[in-house]
Amino acid sequence: MANGTVAVSDKTAEVDFYHVKTKYKGILSWLLTTDHKRIGIMYLCSMSLFFLTAMSLGVVMKLEMLSPGSTFISAQTYNSIFTLHGVIMIFLFIIPGVPAVFGNFIMPIQIGAKDVQFPKLNLLSWYLYIIGGAIAIYSIMRPGGVMDTGWTFYVPYSIRTTTNVSLSVFAAFVLGFSSILTGLNFVTTIHRLRCPGMTWFRMPLFVWGIYATAWIQILATPVIGITLVLVILERAFGIGVFDPTLGGDPLLYQHLFWIYSHPAVYIMILPAMGVVSEIIPTFSKKTIFGYVPIAISSLGIALVGYLVWGHHMFSSGISDTSRVIFSLLTFIVALPSGIKIFNWVATLYKGSIEVTAPMLYTLLFIFIFSIGGLTGLVLGALNTDLHLTDTYFVVAHFHYVMFGGMGLIFFASIHYWFPKFFGKMYNEKMAKVAAYWIAIGFNTLYFPMFIMGYMGMPRRYYDYLPEFTTYHIISTVGSWILVSGILVMTANLLSGLRNGKKASDNPWGGTTLEWSVPSPPPLENFDEIPTVTTGPYDHSHIHGQEETTK
Amino acid sequence: MRPSIVNEVDFTFWFIMGISIILLLLITIVMLYFVYKYSRKRNPVATQIEGNTTLEIVWTVIPIILVLIMFFISWSGFRNMRDVPKDAMIVKVNGQMWKWTFEYDNKKKSDTLFLPVDKNIKFEITSTDVLHSFYLPAFRCKEDAVPGRTNYYWIRTTETGTFFAACAEYCGLNHSYMYAPIKVVEDEKFQVWKNYFPPDTTKTADSLKTDSTANTKDTLNSSSGMTDSAKTGSDKQTIDSVAKTTPSSDIKKDDVKKTDSLKK
Repeated sequence: MANGTVAVSDKTAEVDFYHVKTKYKGILSWLLTTDHKRIGIMYLCSMSLFFLTAMSLGVVMKLEMLSPGSTFISAQTYNSIFTLHGVIMIFLFIIPGVPAVFGNFIMPIQIGAKDVQFPKLNLLSWYLYIIGGAIAIYSIMRPGGVMDTGWTFYVPYSIRTTTNVSLSVFAAFVLGFSSILTGLNFVTTIHRLRCPGMTWFRMPLFVWGIYATAWIQILATPVIGITLVLVILERAFGIGVFDPTLGGDPLLYQHLFWIYSHPAVYIMILPAMGVVSEIIPTFSKKTIFGYVPIAISSLGIALVGYLVWGHHMFSSGISDTSRVIFSLLTFIVALPSGIKIFNWVATLYKGSIEVTAPMLYTLLFIFIFSIGGLTGLVLGALNTDLHLTDTYFVVAHFHYVMFGGMGLIFFASIHYWFPKFFGKMYNEKMAKVAAYWIAIGFNTLYFPMFIMGYMGMPRRYYDYLPEFTTYHIISTVGSWILVSGILVMTANLLSGLRNGKKASDNPWGGTTLEWSVPSPPPLENFDEIPTVTTGPYDHSHIHGQEETTK
Repeated sequence: MRPSIVNEVDFTFWFIMGISIILLLLITIVMLYFVYKYSRKRNPVATQIEGNTTLEIVWTVIPIILVLIMFFISWSGFRNMRDVPKDAMIVKVNGQMWKWTFEYDNKKKSDTLFLPVDKNIKFEITSTDVLHSFYLPAFRCKEDAVPGRTNYYWIRTTETGTFFAACAEYCGLNHSYMYAPIKVVEDEKFQVWKNYFPPDTTKTADSLKTDSTANTKDTLNSSSGMTDSAKTGSDKQTIDSVAKTTPSSDIKKDDVKKTDSLKK
């Protein structure tokens, strides 16, 4: 494609998007940009700050858990901290994480487009994201105190507490709009802007992941939006939708909340699964095993994922019939994830595998995410769930799925696309050391929680019975290992950014279109829109090494 | 004889865990083996394999069968959990910020849960303020306490001893202190305890019966006042005001005395 057609006169077009002359200069060239790559990087920066903040809150929580009774903060502070940790992690990092950063930067290039369909709307999404985050931070500083409801805002407690629930909930409402608009933008982009020859089944699997996610963002997010507005109205005017003393129903809130928040779990994980399907073929030098099953299973997860919200409510008093139906559907939604894992492992078979840092994160992901997924089975099972729900078992389970799933793949994505983003390379050896470090810390931190949960330690507890002390100590030590590992990883990436070696256009031998453009890419990605003739993982044609896809 | 809920939950748990651990080991070992066997060093040129329909069918059908077996085992355990034996003794459980109150069929109230051994017990669970969850880890059961509705489950006591009930649904400041002791004792001792009303407490219990709505209102008022005090980190006042509207403080003393006499 672009290779060989570059004439001398085109040299100006080859200036990368950081250095190209734009209408605005300095900081304004970022704040007023409509370039999907710049917007992606702005998301990356703001999101990393939110992630590090929420991570620090997590460390404080674990420190408080070091000994039974009050260790160094009060119960009210503890309750506020776990609420903030959850709200920031879920709404500002895990849900937007992979789509907003890598979906924005990489997806348009992967389908051979110059930008997303609605670049200005894309910038608006980023502003809504920042405004939502700012409102959340503002609500912390308001008199009245930090919200203490847990990230689920369950009524009637969220209606009764005098802390700043309304403002924080409004922040989540604004963030919802950011998510909806991003989803809308991505669906349109994928439908309209695929380059010639890029048929649906020639799209990279990351694009499939983003596509399935975008539909959930569009269809499910409005439900949480209206639910959160109802909470605000209930608090302000006592309209009586949820409050039982006014004739409302607390379970109605839980239904509405999980109708969004369960599909949101798949908003978090589907793009990450897409990244895995990119990284494994690249470092196995091999086409993906079972392209169609993986693509279809993404849609399957998105579809069935809508119908399982009730498994968050098995102990809430919903009817026995609905519990049985939700349990059966929950077991069924486990299948597509399993199919993906089998296909990923099969892709390794007879490959030519190089375990680089992104590949190492991905292999660790398969192990840790499998633990998370498999421990979900006892939570989907009716009788065991009534013992385990709302205990530390659940806390461990969703950290294995969310952090071990989306979090580790977020790290893998940064390492995988770092050369493309910044045109530089980080220290590979240090990156691998950090990956093992993080994996050890992760398991030390979260595995004891499975045992505590099985023994009957309820979640969101400021204090605990002495018999759990040993496990809490192990877990707290694990949090120190994990956090130091994350800091080592961050420092390594930052030092790569400052004085890393210059990266080539295709350092990994990737086959998808983003590796056919320079690192970092020029403003409009391609000199001329490419034409695609093969599937996404055709290793007989590698960009920049031989003739590219003809 | 009905199968024991505790045994069924533990069996289902370890059955599913067993299959899960085997699957996890299989995935991990195969993955590591491939990474070793087909490393760039040992296998410089990859063989391109697009997929295999037979394999796709195999690893779709086998997991379907496995999860359906898991589902049916947990379902049968669940049916047992929901099907309360006819002879079950009913205990009304009320959750409020932040204590549990238990009421027996003769209006005896207590905040320690005394239960006779070798009996089926049905809990009827509700709440006067926010959500709570009545969790008995030793009996592997929980069900939320939701204001305005009554949830239930049943257990069978099989041995005497002391256990605890915890609140498993986040309910504010003292959520983690919302424990209630459970004492499972011989039936005759239990009957003596249940039918003993100290003269002054009986009166309060009667007035409670006729004035239960007013009592609920008081509790609601005091719990909305809670949030103000929660802000400053002091909840003593509220707990005292709640205690004043219910005879629980009297009952508590009574329970302690009785517990001593039961120990003899």
